[in-house]
Amino acid sequence: MVDFLGWPLVRQLTGADRLGRGAAAQSPRSRDLEPRTRSADRVVDSVCPFCAVGCGQKVFVKDGRVVQIEGNPASPISRGRLCPKGSASKQLVTSPTRVTTVRYRRPHGTEWEDLDLDTAVDMIADRVIATRRQFWRWEDEQGRRTRHTTGFASLGGATLDNEENYLMKKLYTALGAIQIENQARI
Amino acid sequence: MDLQNADCILIEGSNMAEAHPVGFQWVMEAKKRGATVIHVDPRFTRTSAVADLHVPIRAGSDIAFLGGLVNHVLSNDLDFREYVVAYTNAANIITEDFADTEDLEGLFSGWDPETKRYDPVSWHYEPPARMSDDDVANIEDVQDGEPVSHEAAQSDTHGSGGSPLPWKGRRDETLQHPRCVFQILKRHFARYTPHMVEETCGIPASEFAKVADALVANSGRERTTAFCYAVGWTHHSTGAQMIRTSAILQTLLGNIGRPGGGILALRGHASIQGSTDIPTLFNILPGYIPMPLAPLHQSLDAWVEDDEGKAGFWGNIRSYSVSLLKAYWGDAATAENDFCFDYLPRLTGDHSTYATVKSMIDGGCKGYFIVGENPAVGSANGKMQRLGMANLDWLVVRDLQMIESATFWKDGPEIETGELVTEEIGTEVFFLPAATHVEKSGSFTQTQRMLQWRDKAVEPPGDCRSELQFYVDLGNRIREKLADSTDEMDAPVLELAWDYPVDETGEPDGESVLREVNGTGPDGAVSSYLDLKPDGSTACGCWIYAGVYADEVNQARRRKPHWEQDQVAAEWGWVWPANRRILYNRASAAPDGTPWSERKKYVWWDPEQGRWVGKDVPDFVPDRAPDHTPAPDAHGPDAIGGQDPFVMQTDGKAWLFAPLGVADGPLPAHYEPAESPVANPLYPVQSNPGRRSLKTPSNPINPSRSEVFPYVFTTYRLTEHHTAGGMSRTLPYLTELQPEPFCEVSPRLARERGLVHGEWATIISARTAIEARVLVTDRLRSLRLGDRFVEQVGLPYHWGGNGLSTGDSANDLVNVTMDPNVFIQDKVGTCDVQPGRRPRGPALVEYVAQYRRRAGVPEEGDL
Repeated sequence: MVDFLGWPLVRQLTGADRLGRGAAAQSPRSRDLEPRTRSADRVVDSVCPFCAVGCGQKVFVKDGRVVQIEGNPASPISRGRLCPKGSASKQLVTSPTRVTTVRYRRPHGTEWEDLDLDTAVDMIADRVIATRRQFWRWEDEQGRRTRHTTGFASLGGATLDNEENYLMKKLYTALGAIQIENQARI
Repeated sequence: MDLQNADCILIEGSNMAEAHPVGFQWVMEAKKRGATVIHVDPRFTRTSAVADLHVPIRAGSDIAFLGGLVNHVLSNDLDFREYVVAYTNAANIITEDFADTEDLEGLFSGWDPETKRYDPVSWHYEPPARMSDDDVANIEDVQDGEPVSHEAAQSDTHGSGGSPLPWKGRRDETLQHPRCVFQILKRHFARYTPHMVEETCGIPASEFAKVADALVANSGRERTTAFCYAVGWTHHSTGAQMIRTSAILQTLLGNIGRPGGGILALRGHASIQGSTDIPTLFNILPGYIPMPLAPLHQSLDAWVEDDEGKAGFWGNIRSYSVSLLKAYWGDAATAENDFCFDYLPRLTGDHSTYATVKSMIDGGCKGYFIVGENPAVGSANGKMQRLGMANLDWLVVRDLQMIESATFWKDGPEIETGELVTEEIGTEVFFLPAATHVEKSGSFTQTQRMLQWRDKAVEPPGDCRSELQFYVDLGNRIREKLADSTDEMDAPVLELAWDYPVDETGEPDGESVLREVNGTGPDGAVSSYLDLKPDGSTACGCWIYAGVYADEVNQARRRKPHWEQDQVAAEWGWVWPANRRILYNRASAAPDGTPWSERKKYVWWDPEQGRWVGKDVPDFVPDRAPDHTPAPDAHGPDAIGGQDPFVMQTDGKAWLFAPLGVADGPLPAHYEPAESPVANPLYPVQSNPGRRSLKTPSNPINPSRSEVFPYVFTTYRLTEHHTAGGMSRTLPYLTELQPEPFCEVSPRLARERGLVHGEWATIISARTAIEARVLVTDRLRSLRLGDRFVEQVGLPYHWGGNGLSTGDSANDLVNVTMDPNVFIQDKVGTCDVQPGRRPRGPALVEYVAQYRRRAGVPEEGDL
């Protein structure tokens, strides 16, 4: 049995919504939709990861997954607003093209290969030790102590946390590595 | 937020509405309250659209424009005289040996044509009439000592203030002495007339007058003007001096240290400020402590000698440095072993990123970590970057997505042209996936020095890890592998304080790292840098961040809503130093300590309490009376006078004239970019004489005034994309909003070259040629310079070969010629534009080579 009275046109002609822009046009599905922000299990305070304005974010989490990221109205910097990038930041987490496994390209290789994370970090540690030693310099041309290596360099930091930058500089400095740079130079 | 208190806002070198849209709401708030908004920019953008005045300018000519404003203020006596006399070095007398660009045809005294460097000894203050013992010793130092080195970017390593000055110097507060800074400034800027501004910048005198009148009308006791800039100033071979010119202007107008004033750097990454304060930079250690230099610093004493005891808070350098060494090497650092000073590597010159890339090309650097950055797209001269990476033994890339810097060996532009062949590239590449900002907890420092903590929301997927975890793990493994070593070179690694407990997922506790950064002493977390000691009893990872963990509480995590606080909102996050929101805010009060005006009241002296009070944490010694005169032998903070608001400067004054610390002159002078279509209208010297060139075959320079490369290009950002695109070209939403690269050209240029709106164009420099869709628009105005026009091409720089939206990289066009203070490149250059797509494959190489031959660029590059 078809419920003719439920048809949008009938509702538009018989109800208060004569222009068909509101209740008359609403389907049961759209009526029952609720924002993902309402069904979230948890809301976590965060900060936008793009530019340096530092807009406040609210991260909505359901079943251990990020379902939405919105501006934080309480922030005196941003008062709840986000720009297109900040508004899209959920996709940084959920992007289908995001790489979630280690990829390895051997010297002269033509394709990526898989590699275990533990093995990868161990191989990197070996290479740091070897290259550091290969390019180690105790003294400059005039015999002044340098205690440094120019064998390896590091680039990046402005997209990372303060704590991460701190440990990077600390470890590199202890290793005698000096070519440590980030986006502030470019 | 304080921008809303400005009566006038001048935005130059920034497209704030599009690049920092949410921050821009405070400009609009100010406008709603009646502020005048001025936008000076080569392009008419959404910032210009809501400004009261848009002034088109030729890219790279900002010093000429700002210098014109300085001249306008000085020659019409429009400066805020009381502020200038009391708070700046306008009254200081400079030595007789100083000679200006007016005397030396575009150079300052001290220039060595052999080394192409300045010796600043002749820029010094005249010693005081009555000299203390310190002054006598200092004079000997200056006369005998080596000139300050700029080899290792030492200009920006002198704390958050200026470089150490030997003495406060003689002053003439009538500002009449012919050798006082005020008079030198007047003479120096006299040639920056409105006519000269028109000839240099393409700004008509009538437009210039409107800007000058607005700035002057909105400065003084009752009103303040704020400046905003971004990489439109920093990315020039004269970048540091562009910012200095604005600082001179704002200081003359009395707009520093006051609400609604200041010069705001609009920075482009979430924690680019934090990664400068706690640097991943070659020339500094945390808190702007300089990395030691091999020729000068072979002991702790020698390292701190220049700064120690000088007036101001920077004079406590030994406490900050020893505390840092304690944070690094813990119990191993003792007074007997100079607190492990010797474990610090010493610099021997320029180890900045571009010099390092050249070293890679030359085979001197074989390993590379790239961590959340994409130099193949984001750095100048992408080809140089990729040639460097192709010559490594190993490369580690940590990112969220497969960025161009990780795949250059497979599908980079040089693979297409045949300049590189995959099978011949020996670089071993590790791509390690990273955690996003919601998959780890930690703090960012935003552009106004505010730290804000993020809580972790979810676990990272698969092999994705935080950098915190990666570096702790890497450090642990290296230490294990070296554990049995007795080699002296391994001692700093083995004795490093590197005990970071991890949770069940292997993640270290970020708050414990923040606490180490804050600093600790016998009573736990320190609450301020004043708690730090030179005897090894305190440890502190970054002295300017001391207080972020005061009372054992993560102050950066504070989130009191703005509606429950006053406008300063001191209980949201934490701002370095000492949660102070406006720096040098002592200057918001008159010399006698009373507010300059009721309207601009901010921090003032309360004689009853005997303290500085107000809306913000006073940036001053809390109980130092306005009439205090320090004893002649006072040191450090004790030597700050009651009327010396610039407490990080060794003389407490704002430097209109820099007697020390700037590589390319004590005053700004306009020089043309390394590639320019015109001769320098101001001086016979064409380009910054101290500029750093990078000579390698992949970095050829277009000759200036070349008919082959007649146009100016400049790069910029779009709202919908972020820097080199790794975080935006990979997101469907943003890609849909801004799907492909384009070039903006004026209707006149389009006619001249037959460019059709919506069709393709090829843009050519001596480095390479790129293609983009043509956008013909009045937003780019043809600028009239005297009897000729200059055309500018606007290029968004976000694209590369990977991601959902792809295209040629504008940065492949950019040459590497650097500012001598900070080693940052010019982002402007010259080019040709032709209709149609660029040649493919090896034909592209030949096409660009032909251009070089026609322009007379040496075939082997600028060697």
